[in-house]
Amino acid sequence: MPAKTYVQTTINGEHVDFLCEPRQSLLECLRDEIGLTGTKEGCNDGNCGACTVNIDGRIVTSCLVLGVEAEGADIETIEGVADGSNLHPLQLAFLENAALQCGICTPGFIISSKALLEQNPNPSEHEIRFWLANNLCRCTGYDKIVRAVQDAAKRLQEA
Amino acid sequence: MTTADYERNMVLATDTDYKVIGTRPVRHDGADKVTGRAIYGADFDAAGLLHGKILRSPHAHAKIISIDTSKAEKLDGVKAVVTSKDFPQSESRKDQWLKDNILASDKALYAGQAIAGVAASNPHVAESALGLIEVEYEVLPPVLTTQEAMASNASILHDSLTTEELGEDTGVVSNVASHSQHVKGDISKGFEDADVIIEREYNTKTVHQGYIEPHNATALWSPDGRLHVWCSTQGSFVVRDSLAELLDLPVSMVRVTPTEIGGGFGGKIPIYVEPVAALLSRKTGAPVKIVMSRRETFEASGPTPGSQIKIKIGAKHDGTLTAAYAWMAMEAGAYPGSPVGAAVQCVFSTYDVENSTIDGFDVVVNKPKTAAYRAPGAPNAAFGAEQAINELAEKLGMDPIELRLKNVAKEGTRRPDGPVFGKIGAKEVLEAMRDHPHYQSDKAEGTGRGVSIGFWFNIGFDSACNIAVNKDGSVNLTEGSTDIGGSRTSIAMHAAEVLGIPVEDVRPSVVDTDTIGFTAVTGGSRTTFATGWAAYEAAQDVKKQCIERAAKIWDVDANGLQMEDGVISSKSDSELRMTFKELAEQLSDTGGGISGSASVNPSGVGGSFAGNIADVSVDPETGKTTVERFTCVQDVGKAIHPSYVEGQMQGGSVQGIGWALNEEYFMNDEGTMTNSSLLDYRMPTSLDLPMIDTVIVEVANPGHPFGVRGVGEANIVPPTPTIANAIYDATGKRMTQLPMSPGAILSVSPE
Repeated sequence: MPAKTYVQTTINGEHVDFLCEPRQSLLECLRDEIGLTGTKEGCNDGNCGACTVNIDGRIVTSCLVLGVEAEGADIETIEGVADGSNLHPLQLAFLENAALQCGICTPGFIISSKALLEQNPNPSEHEIRFWLANNLCRCTGYDKIVRAVQDAAKRLQEA
Repeated sequence: MTTADYERNMVLATDTDYKVIGTRPVRHDGADKVTGRAIYGADFDAAGLLHGKILRSPHAHAKIISIDTSKAEKLDGVKAVVTSKDFPQSESRKDQWLKDNILASDKALYAGQAIAGVAASNPHVAESALGLIEVEYEVLPPVLTTQEAMASNASILHDSLTTEELGEDTGVVSNVASHSQHVKGDISKGFEDADVIIEREYNTKTVHQGYIEPHNATALWSPDGRLHVWCSTQGSFVVRDSLAELLDLPVSMVRVTPTEIGGGFGGKIPIYVEPVAALLSRKTGAPVKIVMSRRETFEASGPTPGSQIKIKIGAKHDGTLTAAYAWMAMEAGAYPGSPVGAAVQCVFSTYDVENSTIDGFDVVVNKPKTAAYRAPGAPNAAFGAEQAINELAEKLGMDPIELRLKNVAKEGTRRPDGPVFGKIGAKEVLEAMRDHPHYQSDKAEGTGRGVSIGFWFNIGFDSACNIAVNKDGSVNLTEGSTDIGGSRTSIAMHAAEVLGIPVEDVRPSVVDTDTIGFTAVTGGSRTTFATGWAAYEAAQDVKKQCIERAAKIWDVDANGLQMEDGVISSKSDSELRMTFKELAEQLSDTGGGISGSASVNPSGVGGSFAGNIADVSVDPETGKTTVERFTCVQDVGKAIHPSYVEGQMQGGSVQGIGWALNEEYFMNDEGTMTNSSLLDYRMPTSLDLPMIDTVIVEVANPGHPFGVRGVGEANIVPPTPTIANAIYDATGKRMTQLPMSPGAILSVSPE
């Protein structure tokens, strides 16, 4: 068994430390070592976007980051998006616009969309589609997802 | 991307006299799914969990001479290794095929077929152990298409497979498992009577359902002999019954708990890793979890087949169809059972044609055993038939929708495969397409427009539901249909409507096989139809008991009472009135709680028709097709939750667009898939698409209390011919092969 490395991070605003093998991805660490299973694995090679998390303000597919690389990082996962028991406007918009069917891609879409709206509070349909092109959804055909992001943008601007 | 000057999601409702049906509540499992709390199969954990991995054949066709697992078993951290020898003895050839598709015994019949399973303390150790298993193969030439497999000198997959010809075993060993035929009228006379005849051959490639969540299962074989499995499946009872059969157990010794499921589209009906996890658990006494990789999901689950389809249709000058002939051969994959049997039921069913013959061939090839994929077989068939109809319209100088309307099937029409249609909405769908602002508008410069329509018959089967009344006037609803797209809520809406309570007061749960009556798969567009019906009946049971209880409390005859909009009242005495909630509070003091239950197997299945209008542009230099505008129209009977109905229509449309333009298994000469990643297997992204406009047409199904038809599948049938017809309109090129990729379009000359 390879020696484990001690890694210290901030996850969803809390200090979290964990031990991991050098070969373990951050996705595997989040899910199997830390127990944050909201981040999903769809392909494990960076192409489906289901494992998207935000690291230090940038969205990344956590399957392509090693756990040891997360040392000192500030990580946001789907479990940190809601404010306590208050859902984030994006989460509400996804629910009210029926923007999920099976829901397996939803955490990745919400993390990606949140980063988009933080950078571009009023994106066009094309900008939304371009930004979300690394998140695959097989159920919805994206129509209601795009509408949910548009709706959330409106809610956030009105807030 | 234009701004629409019309309603982009229309509901042409026929019956609006409902309180809950037809509204758009937030789904009950919604908060869990937007916060990451919902537990999907791979998220499941148990104390002492071991991780399983599977060794797979690198060869598409090979005899397995020997398997030596001894080195793997000695690796530190490995707890057990299993092979096909760990299965109980098979009782039939079919039983052995089922087992061989889980763990191969004498032959590997596709690259990716499972050979051995390993359980270890962590997944990386299990993976390392796979490399220590020594398998000796005798490699054989693979057959990869129906054309190759049906050739007289073809390499044979199964020495024991003989062709069934029109129901009779011929005794001839071949790769053709069966040939079926449906004959209506006199096809020769039909073509003699035709003024115009269209005839072409079409070919389609293997494609995958593409659900984002790979297959997974955790099994715990307890020392008391009971096997408990947690997995993402479309049918927990299918998993239970399949495991019982393969492992030679009574069904009562197997319990399956369905976790949340990340998509299925038919591909999560069969079992793959569940029995391997079970065998590993039996050997180790520990729970064992197996999660497929994406590559395994492509190479070792069940895609939908490549196919070869010949269509010939004839019509009079006035557009009356006189004859229709289809010859369809579909790849079953490694073991018999392609969806050709469903394809023959759909290929010409939109039309009332006097004379038709349909031949279907089920052909084994060295590819993964095919599984269902949303209206299995029907999109392949429609790709040919619905292009032929458009060609016919062009030759006759008719509008393609008017030609379809002239021949459209209606109530009383006999389908080419035998059944007579009850009330259907094919005509209404075509009329809604014709009248839609999209069809009425001029095409944009440089674009082509295509239309087509598709049919799927839908299924009924068993469903069960229990409803228990809580003292606060809410109810707990339990059912057995795994929820892939919001069905908990559509089922709960059936109960809420009957009881006259808000849908938020119904708490629906999908429960395990020990906890609910037999419920068939979430598939065949049956879940809202059949399990919704079970909820309707269970709620009627609750309602009846509520009336009886009120009669007891008031000491009056129950026949004089009614329950409407959540209020129980006397038909004659206006003083006697109480709400469902008020009654619920009193239940314990007046004789005990109330719960209702129902098990149904409804026969009044209503088939569904879906039609598309699409505008595309084709880049003349690269051959790349862009879908500029897309409209899906579908007869759904009654939309219980219109947002999720639209979601089904949009999702099916986009899967069809992917099938039309990009998706295919690239197989090398050795029979190995060379694009088994989501980078190279190119599913549509958000950037590839416009908004998908929808029209919900409601021609109520008289076979369901609220008129539901089932909506999940018909919508994937028309996209491939619609896009093909649009490409023809844009370029003059008649595309007879799927996918219509840029290279394929460039290689075809305009007609």
